[in-house]
Order: sequence, then C-alpha cells, then structure tokens
Amino acid sequence: MKDRNHLAGVSTTHQVHIIENGLIDIPMLQILQPDGSLHDEAVEPEIDRETATRIYDTMEYIRVLDERMIGAQRQGRISFYLASTGEEAASVASAAALSDKDMIMSQYREQGALAYRGYTTTQFMNQMFSNQEDPNKGRQMPIHYGDKPLNFMTISSPLGTQIPQASGYAYGQKMAGNEAITICYFGEGAASEGDFHAGLNMAAVLNCPVIFFCRNNGYAISTPADEQFAGDGIASRGIGYGVKTIRVDGNDPLAVYAATKQAREIALKENCPVLIEAMTYRLAAHSTSDDPTGYRSREEEDKWRAKDPIQRMAKWLTSKGWYDEEANKKLIEKSRQDVLAALKTSEKVDICPIEDIVTDVYDDVPWHLKEQLDALKSHIKKYPDAYPKTSGRVK
Amino acid sequence: MAKMNLLQAINNALITVMEQDERVMVFGEDVGHFGGVFRATSHLQEKFGKGRCFNTPLTEQGIIGFANGMASQGSVPVAEIQFGDYIFPAFDQIVNETAKFRYRSGGQFSVGTLTIRTPYGGGIAGGHYHSQSPEAFFAHCPGLKIVIPRNPYQAKGLLLASIRDDNPVLFMEPKRLYRASVSDVPEDDYELPLGKADTVQEGSDITLLGWGAQIEILQKAAEMALDDGVSCEIIDLRSILPWDVDAVCESVMKTGRLLINHEAPQTGGFASEIAATVQDKCFLYLEAPIARVCGLDTPYPLAHEKEYMPDQFKTYEAIKRTLNY
Repeated sequence: MKDRNHLAGVSTTHQVHIIENGLIDIPMLQILQPDGSLHDEAVEPEIDRETATRIYDTMEYIRVLDERMIGAQRQGRISFYLASTGEEAASVASAAALSDKDMIMSQYREQGALAYRGYTTTQFMNQMFSNQEDPNKGRQMPIHYGDKPLNFMTISSPLGTQIPQASGYAYGQKMAGNEAITICYFGEGAASEGDFHAGLNMAAVLNCPVIFFCRNNGYAISTPADEQFAGDGIASRGIGYGVKTIRVDGNDPLAVYAATKQAREIALKENCPVLIEAMTYRLAAHSTSDDPTGYRSREEEDKWRAKDPIQRMAKWLTSKGWYDEEANKKLIEKSRQDVLAALKTSEKVDICPIEDIVTDVYDDVPWHLKEQLDALKSHIKKYPDAYPKTSGRVK
Repeated sequence: MAKMNLLQAINNALITVMEQDERVMVFGEDVGHFGGVFRATSHLQEKFGKGRCFNTPLTEQGIIGFANGMASQGSVPVAEIQFGDYIFPAFDQIVNETAKFRYRSGGQFSVGTLTIRTPYGGGIAGGHYHSQSPEAFFAHCPGLKIVIPRNPYQAKGLLLASIRDDNPVLFMEPKRLYRASVSDVPEDDYELPLGKADTVQEGSDITLLGWGAQIEILQKAAEMALDDGVSCEIIDLRSILPWDVDAVCESVMKTGRLLINHEAPQTGGFASEIAATVQDKCFLYLEAPIARVCGLDTPYPLAHEKEYMPDQFKTYEAIKRTLNY
C-alpha cells in the first residue's frame, strides 16, 4: 500500500501567520463593458452569429415569459411564479456553451437555460397549469420543470439537493464513457446548505466532470448576501475544496459564455469539477409571494437596471452588425402572443385522471396503493361535486 | 453451498452482481481498500478497481446525494452508510429526493437502481449512537422500499433482489449477526422476493412477528412457550415497506393472537402500524389484544442494554399474557 503524507506540500513558518479575506484576489471576468463595447484587453470569445442571436432572442423571450406569467399569477390563473429578470445572461449564455448531451440540474431560476435547450411555450404552460400534458404529470408547483429528452433534470424545491446529485450524475457519465458533463445551477443562498459543501468536496475528490454554476444574485428571498456569508463570495470556497474556479460578470453574456465554454472543456478533458460564480442581481422579486420593497431600495435596483444584460448584448450585436431592430420587435410581439395563446389553451386542459395519484410512487402500483385508490374512487363517486376536476372521469 | 456469515454473504452478493453488471458501484466511508469498518466490502476494490469501489469523504448527505445523481444517470449505486445511527444527515436526500424522484418527474427520471446498505440495531455495546433501529422513520416515506434480512442466506438473496429492483431500497443489516449468524449460502446467484414475509415456523396458538436479529429472539421465546404447550407461529416480515399484510393476516386469522417484537422504541414504531392494520382486517378473529414487545421509549442505553432489549424473556411473558387474556 502506498504511504500517504498529508504534510506533503505544506511549508513551514516561524511566526503566527494569519491568512484572511482579501489576500487572495479572485477577479471577475468581464468582456463587455456595460455600454456593450469590448474591454480593450478583452478577447472576444469565438461565437458565431447564429449562437449569439439565439442567446439574445432567448433572453428577450424569457423576459416576455416572466412578465406575462407574473401577470397571470396576479390574475389568479396560476398559483405561483418566479422570474429571472436581470439574470437572463447567467442561465442562457451558460447553457449556450454546453452540448445538448450535457445534463442540466438547475435550481429554479434557470428557465433561460431550459428555453435555450428548446423547451416550448406550450411545455412551459403545461407545467405551470399542472395539466395532463405535462410530462411531470402536474405533480409539482409551477416552474418545477423537467424534461428528459432535453436532458433537463426535474427541479426539486429543497435547496442545494441537486449539488451532490450533479457530482454523482457526472461520475456516472464518466464511468459510462459518455462525452458529456453535468452543469449544476444554484444561488449564493443555496451555497450555505450542507449539500453544497458535500457536493463540491465529493466532486473534487472523486474527479467528476461537473460545472457548479452559482448565480450570486445578491439575495436569498429577503436576505442579502452580506448576511449570508462573510467570505469572498462563493468563488473562494472553490479554492478551499480544490476546485478550479472562475468568477464572472453574470450580466455579461459574452463573459458567461466564454467562462462556461472553457469550464466545460476543462471538466471533460481533465475529469474534474469547475466552479463558476456569476455576479448578477435579482431584479425580480424572489417569487410572486414576496415584495422586495420591504427589504431593498429603489436606488439599489436602478443601479443594476443600468447593467441590464439584454441591453448590453443588443449594443454588442449592433456593433457587430448582427442586430435587426425590426426583427427584434416582431420577436417580442410574437412571443407575447404565443405566451397568451398557449396560456389560454393550457389552462383548459384537464389535470391527470385520479389513477395517476398513485402511479410513479414505485415502478408498479403496490397493493396498498391500489386499495387506497379504490377507496378514494368510491368516495369521489359519492361526492362528485366536492372533487370536480376528477369526478367526471371516475369509473 | 458454502458456510458464510452474514458479512460474507453480503460480500458474496456484491461480487455476484458486480461481476454481472459493470454499472454497479459500491461506495461509502472506508469501503474502499479497507473494505468497510465491518469488512462487508472486502477485496471489492482489488477485484473491480477504484472506479467501482471507492471511499467517499465523510458526508452522509453527500453520499446519498451522489448516489441519487448516479442512479438518475443510469448507474447502479450501492451506497453504504456506516451505521444506521448516522443516516440522519442524509434524511433530506432520502426522504425528499430518493423517495420522490420518480413521482415528481412523472416517471421521466428515477433513482430506482439505488440501494442503501446500512447496519442497524443493538446488542454490540454500542450505546445510543451505534445501536438504533431507524426503520420506522423511513417506513413513513412513500417511494422507498425497506428490507431487513435475518441470516446469511436471506441477506444474499434479498440484497441481490434489492439491487436489481427498480425502486430505491434501504437495506438494513442486523449488525449483531454480522459474524454471529452463519448458515449455508448457495454460491450461485439467487434472489428472494421483496415485499414477502417468510414463515419461519408454523404454529397454531399465537403469531410472533418480527424481523432481522429479533427473529432468533422470537425462536428462543417460542421454545420456552413450547414447554408450556403453546404452539407459536413465527413470521419474519423481511420487508418493512411495502409489507406483506396478507401473510400476517392469514396467520393471525389462524392463530387468533399476534405479538410483534422490534428493537426500536415502542411509540411510533413499526409495530404500531402493523397492529392498526391487523385490528382493521382481523378484528373478529382476535382472541386477545395485539401485544407489542419493543425497546423502551428512551435513547438506546449503553449500560442497560440487556434491560432495554425486547429479549426472549419479555417476549415469553407477553406470550403468556396474551394466551391468558
């Protein structure tokens, strides 16, 4: 057996030597200036017009979707919504740097990544109306999307649970010899959960090809980042776990794209995790269940509105001669109409029949669930008016 | 057939399945080169390589989170939690993730290939952090299966079935039998059914129901009762979730009496669930109240381990009380 020495590589000092915040500089990659022009020293990532346009169009689409769905929640048509306004670049541009074979394990504010993969407006609506067209069978609150054909893992509400899962998923991909990685999204708040630490440490020790993508958007519901952690953001933790780390301006689509592209190459080639901390800002409320005016100022929000990733990218596209204002207006208008039309259709689709209350608990429905279903059906038949969504279909 | 103790049977089952299916991977704290603190994974790393049998950092929530991810990807993880007492950091991953993975995704994703192995139970002078029997916490969680073997033959057959079953299984191993229980175990591949109880001994006066290491306690108590002319039927539940109601009720309808024994504390223990179901299904057949012989409602005590245990003497007394009711 090999001798191990945990002192290897440890230097010696003869005075008390204190290491503290600030001694290690973790800079933030920024390629585009807030006005959309390239930084002098910056290298534009290799990106073709089609990809750039698709990133831009997806960000515009998500902003429309978010606006409309908040409206739909206010009208009482869906129970809950959670917007990503201001953070579109973080999820969309990172997803653009991946292969479609890569697994996405998201938190719940990465609708941009899902839309980039090709999730349709109708699919979004079916999930949010929990209807029987939703492949998740209407089992979760709105915005907990999941789609196997798109390699987008079904979202779970408990925070951070997807982080060690992503390490394990990536390990499985490596062992199976797939040329694919896993990307795992989460917020800076979720990074306080034990699962974050477990997941990063395991990925580093077990050489898992996974990108941990933290959207540091400044808030966990109402709790600001400075009440969440005292260290140098989330990036500093990557170093502690021996994980290669990049900090990036999350409102700069080109920087996010470049960082994620490189992270993917490293993860795949070296079989290792990479942590990306994207510095951004949650211009939206946490969800439709809270009101940010209770915990932050309008002035603070305005400062970040000026750093809007969509505006920034539009200016860069213009400078490349890739921006068509007329087409963009049409796209936004069409997106609005599509969302409204799909919303109207999906809200009329039935929920799953009552039999689905017991499917997918196990691979087959066991005896006790069959018994409970039979009892429930008899009861529904007795009180059909009390259970109008299913009683008409109970045989 | 070969004589094996329970650990050797577990080890043999793991070798059997790892030879057949390269997607099977075994991991946990100290399971790698060292072969696990109880040696259940001895030599697996030598045989199958570090990629398929490996140490993890000391993080139970990480182990199960990692295992969930692997299973959802299509691998077949067999994750070890070193002691059942230390499974609680992973409670969220098991209850909110493992158990709900298939349901919440409408069957698109599942962790059905996952098996979690963990030693449980007392009788090894382990005190309250090396002796607990946490099955009831998990029995309350739809989506899991819970399996407990009582001897080496059962352990190999049930573990192979658990690993191949397309549902996540919590496989709880009675650690005081690890080396104490030795039996003939086929060297070939075989499976024993999940969700099915096993009648250990037929009898006519009372049904004694238990699982895992308590089956030998029931056997000793039944021998004592036999001297009094009482004929005991002994049933090993084997699967806690889903459990074999038909087998239990059929036996109770024959004997008219039921005694349930488990090591875990009485209040909220799995015996409560069984008693509620049996009185519902067999009310008119019962000649006496259902007896529970369980651990006390205390943390598992170290110095008072013998006094705490629902042993053969307590069981024998409860048999007499039930017969004389």
